[in-house]
Amino acid sequence: MEVTEVTNEQKLPRIERSHVLVCAGAACVASGAEEIQRRLEAKIQELGLNTEVAVYGTGCVGTCDLGPVLIVYPEGTFYVKLKPQDVDEIAEEHLLKGRVVQRLLPKDPTEHEIPTISEHPFFAKQVRIALRNLGVINPESIEEYIAVGGYAALEKALNMTPEEVIKMVSDSGLRGRGGAGFPTGRKWQFARNVQADQKYVIINADEGDPGAFMDRSILEGDPHSVIEGLAIAAYAIGATQGYAYVRAEYPLAISRLQTAIDQAREFGLLGKGIFGKLDFDLEIRKGAGAFVCGEETALMHSIEGKRGEPRPKPPFPAVSGLWGKPTIINNVETLANIPPIIEKGPFWYSSFGTETSKGTKVFALAGNINNTGLIEVPFGTTLREVVYEIGGGIPGGKEFKAAQTGGPSGGCIPKELLDIPLDYESLAQAGSIVGSGGLIIMDEDTCMVDVARFFLEFTVDESCGQCTPCREGTKRMLEILTRITHGEGTLQDIEKLETLAASISRTSLCQLGITAPNPVLSTLRYFRDEYIAHVVEKRCPAKVCRALIRYEIIPEHCKGCTLCAKFCPTHAIRGERREVHTIDPELCIKCGECLARCNVGAVVKV
Amino acid sequence: MKTLEDLKRVREEAIKAMKVREGEQRVKVTVAMGTCGIAAGARETMSALLDELNKRGITDVTVTQTGCKGLCEQEPLVEVTIAGSETVSYGKIDAEKARRIVAEHIVNGHVVGDYVITR
Repeated sequence: MEVTEVTNEQKLPRIERSHVLVCAGAACVASGAEEIQRRLEAKIQELGLNTEVAVYGTGCVGTCDLGPVLIVYPEGTFYVKLKPQDVDEIAEEHLLKGRVVQRLLPKDPTEHEIPTISEHPFFAKQVRIALRNLGVINPESIEEYIAVGGYAALEKALNMTPEEVIKMVSDSGLRGRGGAGFPTGRKWQFARNVQADQKYVIINADEGDPGAFMDRSILEGDPHSVIEGLAIAAYAIGATQGYAYVRAEYPLAISRLQTAIDQAREFGLLGKGIFGKLDFDLEIRKGAGAFVCGEETALMHSIEGKRGEPRPKPPFPAVSGLWGKPTIINNVETLANIPPIIEKGPFWYSSFGTETSKGTKVFALAGNINNTGLIEVPFGTTLREVVYEIGGGIPGGKEFKAAQTGGPSGGCIPKELLDIPLDYESLAQAGSIVGSGGLIIMDEDTCMVDVARFFLEFTVDESCGQCTPCREGTKRMLEILTRITHGEGTLQDIEKLETLAASISRTSLCQLGITAPNPVLSTLRYFRDEYIAHVVEKRCPAKVCRALIRYEIIPEHCKGCTLCAKFCPTHAIRGERREVHTIDPELCIKCGECLARCNVGAVVKV
Repeated sequence: MKTLEDLKRVREEAIKAMKVREGEQRVKVTVAMGTCGIAAGARETMSALLDELNKRGITDVTVTQTGCKGLCEQEPLVEVTIAGSETVSYGKIDAEKARRIVAEHIVNGHVVGDYVITR
């Protein structure tokens, strides 16, 4: 293609003295980043700074609880929790007069301001490989991706034989980041070995675990790295066509990926004769957001226009995949790791991590933790380091209770195992999985039976219905769990749960069914006493299950201020002014409003 | 994209535009931008500095601002620090003088003695 003749002189921005990167990840966008960017651009224009200061959107910085955030370069000043009106001050003070706006900086635990992004403790323990460009480049500019070394790995790979490329990926020890952890190099080798007139490569961006958003963030923040990784995969196995299967509820990721695909075509990095050696193109296919379509055979059915249901393996997709042709399906994060592996070598990559889990893993930190967001750490980093150092601990000085890893296919890690290294083997041993990297932190106020119920509710909704054990079995398990949380469970119910779990795992076709009982099994393993408290003592130790708690007013503390009675939606609280109030348990719906309103601590949950 | 050279060409152009994100460069130029500085024309000085650097395609210079230095009568004040040498302060720098500082001090390494107030 002759498109390389578009030299970018006229397109390139002039050299500015300062760049402002506004986080344009979905979390920041949801909290108003777009308005912040618009207002900042307008203010810069108004101050006449538009030729010397440039504003760009960038990928998810990872500190989602601090959003909207922006970074001012060259200083690297990190402004957080911005409101639209703060932007004027940043423009007038920082960009015009060079004075850092102290009040908008993040604070460390001793309330001191943290002046630059590199000094923020959230980033200190991270090793960002898959996330290397998030918060660094503008995801809608192919020039910026190329400036940071993008597409050099593709060029390098095309000067090697496909076998050499596969060997590099195998030597790196990279395993699939979507959940199963299958060695990526071996998957590619299988597809390479098959002779066929047509082969396909697919990006699996059907990210479905509740609380996991690493794939979305990578597509939003660094789409070219995924395209480059896929093009390398295509060359390695001999494919000429690729598909990106992205769920339709990721509109921002889809639009950024489409922009990137268009740019890559314009630059001759997709299409015919890439670096004179490769013909490869890529199209987006939108999924309807069914969890099961993350399973590779269901995903391919969906691309083919069929119902998204898994089929038995073998044949494996590498042998007979999309339209019966050899196909490999790689997860977004897996592909984002490919260019650095090719560029810096497999042994650089395998120097991170543990003996069997090489490299780094992105985790989505969520739940009861101070720094929620997206982090990337070497495998083997302990849960304690993630929770207390990177995550900044549990809010409100509460006690850590458990971490849920791997979403609905995973399990819970209790407090006693806080020092567990996060890697494939250690988590499997503890009855959980790395999965796609969802990491939900739970504090002492969490009921583990309720957590198991939540995840099971999810699998009941998402089961495709093909296999009876998964379709009916999970539903029966959910009924039992619901019964237990309502205080109507028996000890036999717990045994029934275990029997059902075992047969669902044994007889389901795909991983959705096989792993569906995991949240129940792991909570039974570590928190059995909580189940027993529910069924025997009819008590919810964490005071979460509504049927098992009640609200009371301590007479000695009640001042008779009437506040609770005023806000009670069912008028369940009675009492005269300046006299002790009481709650009528018949009328009380246990909404907790009285507890939230009481100023003297007289209302308690028992 | 046919060859590695094509890629390198795009890369070199793009790197220039992104250099500002790497933090401090070989040369740091600071323009005092207190109220006094701005009143004395520091904005024009800043624009001229940036324009001159751009025209010459110089990318290893960080241009930044600072507040009032207390020497209001010498505004606009410009400080130039070349890595490894002492900071030079220039006083009463208008647009034209700013361009001369770029040409003589930043490009050729000769301090413009006429404008120096401290070294």
